[in-house]
Amino acid sequence: MIRLPAITALVLGLCVAPAFAQESPDALVKRVAEDVLTTIRSDKDIQAGDIAKIRQVMEVKLVPNFDFVRMTALAMGRNWRTATPEQQKQLTDDFRTLLVRTYAGALSNYRDNTMDYKPLRMNPADTEVVVRTEVKRSGQAPVQIDYSMEKTPEGWKAYDVVVAGVSLVTTYRDEFNDTVKSSGVDGLMKALTNKNRGPAPPPPVK
Amino acid sequence: MTRCAALRVCMTLLASACLLLAGCAATPSRIDPLEPWNRAMFSVHEVVDGNVVKPVAQAYVKYTPEPVRSGVANFFGNIEDLFVGINNVLEGNGNRAGDDFGRVLLNTTFGLGGIFDLASMMGIEKHNQDFGITFGKWGIDQGPYLFVPLFGPTTVRDGTGTVVRAFLGPITYIVTDVPVRNVIYGIGYLNQRAQALDTEGVVDTAAIDKYRFIRNAYLRARRFQVYDGKPPPEQDDEGQ
Repeated sequence: MIRLPAITALVLGLCVAPAFAQESPDALVKRVAEDVLTTIRSDKDIQAGDIAKIRQVMEVKLVPNFDFVRMTALAMGRNWRTATPEQQKQLTDDFRTLLVRTYAGALSNYRDNTMDYKPLRMNPADTEVVVRTEVKRSGQAPVQIDYSMEKTPEGWKAYDVVVAGVSLVTTYRDEFNDTVKSSGVDGLMKALTNKNRGPAPPPPVK
Repeated sequence: MTRCAALRVCMTLLASACLLLAGCAATPSRIDPLEPWNRAMFSVHEVVDGNVVKPVAQAYVKYTPEPVRSGVANFFGNIEDLFVGINNVLEGNGNRAGDDFGRVLLNTTFGLGGIFDLASMMGIEKHNQDFGITFGKWGIDQGPYLFVPLFGPTTVRDGTGTVVRAFLGPITYIVTDVPVRNVIYGIGYLNQRAQALDTEGVVDTAAIDKYRFIRNAYLRARRFQVYDGKPPPEQDDEGQ
């Protein structure tokens, strides 16, 4: 499902996965977020507003930590079962692209902010947890960002992000439901493809 | 003849039933009964904002040095903190209100009229609070969703809160010189619009239907605030 360049997959598979196999979900969120933020802050191209470069960083550092199949299934709700396996795969790929594009834009906005990680209360047997974080912005109230995480054989993966009480999956469930209702699963696939083909978000003016 | 009339009545009924059904398909949901009107207002907003307000806000961000913009944001934020505190009192959050009034006191004096947010630097956190949230906590229903051009998403309840807030000034009462007051209002509006630029860029990339996306995100975020970050699960049959 996740098509990483072979070399990245190899590197990730050989070095990263064993090292972090036992990593707790909150430690994972913190490591990945700090890693991405550090890269965004230090990279000259990204500072200059190079969205393609941000997306590349995300592909390598963020994408492997999300379960896009589950995210797509949740966002589709009851419509997921009416889609064929081919449609499901296509929808997952398109939704993943859309999320990566969206996140690339959002992350470049967050580069001047600091993250605050809330302590996680969990039992060792838990397979689903919510990791809570906060973005501190100067002169504005902090924004709460929660990650819903699940335990998988490849470690913990996020399947929803809730920003200031707005769940990504639920917001897209409304989008997907309405679109499927008016133009069917095919219509939704077309809408997603068109959306992804649209112009990349403009670099933030700063 | 009678049969023909009966048939005609039948046909008319059937036709109106079809119309009704078609109407229903496009008919807005419970949360957005004014959807056709709101969508029209949203289109108006997109044209006016996209051609006038947004370019001005972008120019403001581009040509004004960051320290100046941050001073402007802090100045207006400091005034807002006063009302955040008042709303926390109305909601019975004494401790939070104490923080809010402490912020105003500190920033107005040592922060030179609110231009510097010393309170945040000292770890006194800023809160989100307004009359719409207070009304919500008092149990007042949000009412229909509204999209107001040049203002954005709101509801009858939240919009009422905004009107109440506008009546309380205090710039209206402190600055009596009308042109100066208008300039201050203008800068305040620009400051708000500029702060929304980043989020708007994200919505542009994320949304299949921008109107719907903004509405749903707005209503959820407000619900979250009214329930103090712990909203009860939504009634929704689509979940897995």
